[in-house]
Amino acid sequence: MPDLGLEVLWKGKNFVRLLGGLWVALRISLIAAGISVAAGIILGILASRKHSVSSVILRIWLGIIHIMPQMVLLFLMYFGTTRAFGWNLSGETAAVIVFSLWGTAEMGDLVRGAVSSIPAIQRESAEALGLQPVQVYRWIILPQAVRRLIPLSINLITRMIKTTSLVTLIGVVEILKVAQQIIEANRKASPNAAFGVYLTIFVMYYLACRLLSLAAKRLEKHWR
Amino acid sequence: MAETVLSISHLTKRFDDQTILEDLSLDVREGEVVVIVGSSGCGKSTLLRCINALESIQGGEIRLRGEPIRQDSKNLPEMRRKVGMVFQNYELFPHLTVLDNILLAPVKAQKRSREEAREEALALLDRVGLKEKAGSYPRQLSGGQKQRVAIVRALIMHPEILLFDEVTAALDPEMVREVLDVIVSLADQGKTMLIVTHEMSFARAVADRIILLEDRRILEESTPEQFFTSPKTEQAKKFLQSFEFNRKNKAEA
Ligand SMILES: Nc1ncnc2c1ncn2[C@@H]1O[C@H](COP(=O)(O)OP(=O)(O)O)[C@@H](O)[C@H]1O
Ligand SMILES: [Mg+2]
Repeated sequence: MPDLGLEVLWKGKNFVRLLGGLWVALRISLIAAGISVAAGIILGILASRKHSVSSVILRIWLGIIHIMPQMVLLFLMYFGTTRAFGWNLSGETAAVIVFSLWGTAEMGDLVRGAVSSIPAIQRESAEALGLQPVQVYRWIILPQAVRRLIPLSINLITRMIKTTSLVTLIGVVEILKVAQQIIEANRKASPNAAFGVYLTIFVMYYLACRLLSLAAKRLEKHWR
Repeated sequence: MAETVLSISHLTKRFDDQTILEDLSLDVREGEVVVIVGSSGCGKSTLLRCINALESIQGGEIRLRGEPIRQDSKNLPEMRRKVGMVFQNYELFPHLTVLDNILLAPVKAQKRSREEAREEALALLDRVGLKEKAGSYPRQLSGGQKQRVAIVRALIMHPEILLFDEVTAALDPEMVREVLDVIVSLADQGKTMLIVTHEMSFARAVADRIILLEDRRILEESTPEQFFTSPKTEQAKKFLQSFEFNRKNKAEA
């Protein structure tokens, strides 16, 4: 059996530290995902009206987010705002803001697409029953749109979790940073630690994303 | 004479620069069943959709018991609750059970208690023979069953008038009857109805008044007896003939 360098995990609090790092990554992406879903639903509904100002705003916003590498956005938010406005954002706050800007644009577009795909006559038959416009969204449009949205938004959140690996570049100590610290500290004692530690991270990311998609499957089934 | 429920006066409806209805006036009295016939594309659906403001109108006025129905009126949802509409393709809400489809508007829009509305919903479902389907989803029903649910969904609102837009046109022939029977029984109960249909024998049986819509206006208006036995206009004769089948060759052979 080759030396996988797994023994470092059991040294001291290394495993717990890795879990802590994973939690930082998950916390950033889940807070950002929560903000994105809430803001995306509002933006998406507003933008689903053809020729509306909001649909133009969403298009431009989405365009910028798509062009810009997430890393540039992170640097801009973390270093740029300190220089330009004198803000002193923590790395984690900057990351949550950037991820929310990204997520809201994409989520907004997903919601816009899902809402527009509900046939107009569904809305009309609800209006014909005398429901208020807000009630039509709450009870008819959104529940039908959400069913189409679940797989797409899980994909987005998964991508967010993966992209948290970038936030180490603005000084956030998340799972990858912890991993590097552990490997560095054990360079002499266990030279193979790199493999073991990254393998563990691989499994942790896998489990986190897998859990998420399992939860989504349950939701989808529940609503079928 | 019974009171006027619906009053349409000088209605004009255009889509872009195409005029669909022009200067059309029509009154429906309480308890009256008015059937609208006319060739496909003459604007029958558009007329019904104007009545509950699903379409904008470019001229004229629509009043329900004297109160105007306009797309820009503040109380539009309230006015729409007084107009029951049944569509050609049922338009049930696919994510809700039959019972929830029926209860949504009375509970959320009319703010009635769920228990009271539920009791009425079940009674109405029983009347159309669908009580045991209350917990089913629309996709588990046949077309005829869906349409009967859609009728119940409109009925539970206690509308002043019911609008039916070719409600059997999407149904397989063997299901047409079960839906038309329900509508006939509503007529017997004295409900005020405006019905668009291509089922001529049904029209004759159920109507107090028949209206032929053609060329953007009401071309002929008469009792069913008169309309079917001695239509006044050439167009009406032509229209009625389009439902008959003649094989000259067969007669000659
Ligand atoms: N949303 C719309 N935009 C443009 N034209 C329409 C629209 N809806 C209906 N029309 C046109 O209006 C006319 C009347 O349509 P409709 O009321 O559906 O006829 P009917 O129900 O009598 O068959 C048709 O020529 C149709 O093409
Ligand atoms: Mg039609």
